[in-house]
Amino acid sequence: MKKVWNSLRTALVFAVTMIVLCGFVYPLALTGVSQLLFPKQANGSLIEIGGKVVGSSLIGQDFEDARFFKGRPSAVGYNTYTAEAKKAGTYAGLSSGSYNYAPSNPDLKKRIEKDIQKFLKANPDKERKDIPMDLITASGSGLDPDITPEAALVQVDGIAKASGLSKSELKAIIQRNTTAKMLGSFGEEHVNVLACNLEIAQKIGIIS
Amino acid sequence: MLQIGLTLGLFLILVIPVGKYMYHVAVKQRTFADPVCDRVDHFLFRILHIDIREMNWKKYALTLLLVNAVMVLIGYVILRLQGILFLNPNKAGGMESSLSLNTIISFMTNTNLQHYAGESGLSYFSQMAVIIFMMFTSAASGYSACMAMVRGLSGRSMGNFYEDMIRCITRILIPAAFVVGLILVSQGVPQTLKGPVTAYTIEGKMQDIARGPIAALESIKHLGTNGGGFTGANSANPLENPNILTNITELLSMMILPGACVVTFGHMLHEQHRLKQAAELKKEKSKKILMGSHGRTIFLAMSILFLIGLGICFYAESKGNPVLSRLGIVQTGNMEGKEVRFGIAQSSLFTSVTTSFTTGTVNNMHDSLTPIGGFIPMLNMMLNVVFGGIGVGLMNMLIYAVLAVFLCGLMIGRTPEYLGKKIEGKEMKLAALSIIIHPLLILGFTSVAVICQAGLAGITNPGFHGLSQILYEFASSAANNGSGFEGLADNTMFWNLMTGTVMFFGRYLSIIIQLAIAGSLLRKRAVNTTAGTLRTDTGTFSITLVVVVLIFAALTFLPVLALGPVAELLTL
Repeated sequence: MKKVWNSLRTALVFAVTMIVLCGFVYPLALTGVSQLLFPKQANGSLIEIGGKVVGSSLIGQDFEDARFFKGRPSAVGYNTYTAEAKKAGTYAGLSSGSYNYAPSNPDLKKRIEKDIQKFLKANPDKERKDIPMDLITASGSGLDPDITPEAALVQVDGIAKASGLSKSELKAIIQRNTTAKMLGSFGEEHVNVLACNLEIAQKIGIIS
Repeated sequence: MLQIGLTLGLFLILVIPVGKYMYHVAVKQRTFADPVCDRVDHFLFRILHIDIREMNWKKYALTLLLVNAVMVLIGYVILRLQGILFLNPNKAGGMESSLSLNTIISFMTNTNLQHYAGESGLSYFSQMAVIIFMMFTSAASGYSACMAMVRGLSGRSMGNFYEDMIRCITRILIPAAFVVGLILVSQGVPQTLKGPVTAYTIEGKMQDIARGPIAALESIKHLGTNGGGFTGANSANPLENPNILTNITELLSMMILPGACVVTFGHMLHEQHRLKQAAELKKEKSKKILMGSHGRTIFLAMSILFLIGLGICFYAESKGNPVLSRLGIVQTGNMEGKEVRFGIAQSSLFTSVTTSFTTGTVNNMHDSLTPIGGFIPMLNMMLNVVFGGIGVGLMNMLIYAVLAVFLCGLMIGRTPEYLGKKIEGKEMKLAALSIIIHPLLILGFTSVAVICQAGLAGITNPGFHGLSQILYEFASSAANNGSGFEGLADNTMFWNLMTGTVMFFGRYLSIIIQLAIAGSLLRKRAVNTTAGTLRTDTGTFSITLVVVVLIFAALTFLPVLALGPVAELLTL
């Protein structure tokens, strides 16, 4: 009996020590060093304009204005909401994820068809075959900040018309916010939608 | 293609020195970390009053079970009470009882199946004191069991569980997690105790942005082949995996330790062999080796299985979903559920790695994979030997090696031997039992779920894919993987209890049986290698091993795979 009690006590003390070491000492030490060395990144890579947080450079946003680039379909609406939606309770709170539709799911086909129609309405001079794959498929996180360069370029005509900015100006904006493949081979080329739209907003005077 | 090859090349370069370091830690040879770690260890041994005498396999297995049980108990209490504890800026309430049970078993068994969403379901206190803590200890438990088994097989005594745990955590996991964590933070993964922040967008709307001690969790999540994300979308979420550099860091950190276990195994056998030879021939020669001939054989077999799967998955995803082509869209691969910054190549690589090395982290949503793209991760978990989780993957593969030796022995008419020990009735019975548990859990529980209303209620995709959702969930639980066809509505009493049971038996029955086999072989007298001995350290044996694994898996799982993914493919 005493032996059993002893092994139980050792196991218990061991577990508590490990909670302290792995659950507190390690993450708190990492927090301290991170806050010291990389304060911006460690706090969510927030973008501030005039002292106000307008978003994070890592996270996409849900854009509706015809003058802005659109991101990919999101199952969680990029956690973007209006004050009315919050009051009405239609915003479900912080989350992330996808629709989890199987390739064979008829709802997937319906959703994509709807997004195709929406795109063609906003870009009347474009056809179905012009639509890049990523603009009509939902991202895995629902927060994807990026689109492919093709998906950005295909929107240029529509945005130029709505915003009054020239096409070459918009193309320059895309160029500036495109990240190339790392070392020329790792990952994919992508354009950050929020960064593009912040530049547009600046040019048309929404933000200073 | 090129980027996949380069990433795997990096893995090969890293795995050899890390494996050697792990070998030095396991057999207590001098390492560069000793000056610091020795002090920490001695301090811990002293305050814990730990008896560090050698254990036999029974004592080792019992201690592992006891320590895991105590941790489960503490963790369960914390999850239930998290609503009233401190460090709760996101205002999570106490967790419901069946969900708490599922979560705690999930994390203790290194599965990390998540039936909750991290953003709202857990307080920061729980993320740290339960999730991060268990990510360390469950990985260290798997590593310890594996090292005990390998010591037994190579003719050493099995070691001491507490000592293995502490050495693994202080010399391997914590230092590695700290370095990887810092790399992740530098690329944008948040590491703060501050709560979520609300942004005011340029369209006049609001956006909530999740934060927290994400990097600390993220690094050990991969290093310990755990896989449970801080947020619901796991490593697809840009906050957990912001760019290609972090993606490769996460890939390598989940591959490195399971791969290194095989190298460690090779070193142990090589050293034991050398000592024996030195005693016989009275000469001391020390050749530098990369991973030893036995290690190389196993590593090769695992690599072949891995590459076959990866190739098929990548091909299927590049071909995309024919439904979209019919809608008039130009096909550039299946991007549903994937992130633009990773694209098809890095996503299919991640999918193959996370299911081979049974981590369970995802950077794209597996439910939306093409039928054959989803077939591969499922198959990887059904095999459960393609590198596998930290420690336990090697243990499973060694059981298949015993089986392969036995089958070859029958074919050529010799007594089967592995690593210089005779394989006899007792070992074969245990090995068969260990191999049969896995399909029994997956197929048995899948059939239960299919005939129960409560099980069918979880299905969210109609048609054949519904069966795949159930099958995937149980394959993931039994293999202690933790990824999911996330569409499955699994936070119900039925699914919480069912998958909890499968995870529990999938983990502990295998470990106990495998330690028993090692213990039984350890007690046997070594037989001398003769010209008639079946060589188990050759390329031929690697191929034999691959064939044995594939035949067993194909026979057991082919019928159900035909009804799930294959049927879905044919109806697309």
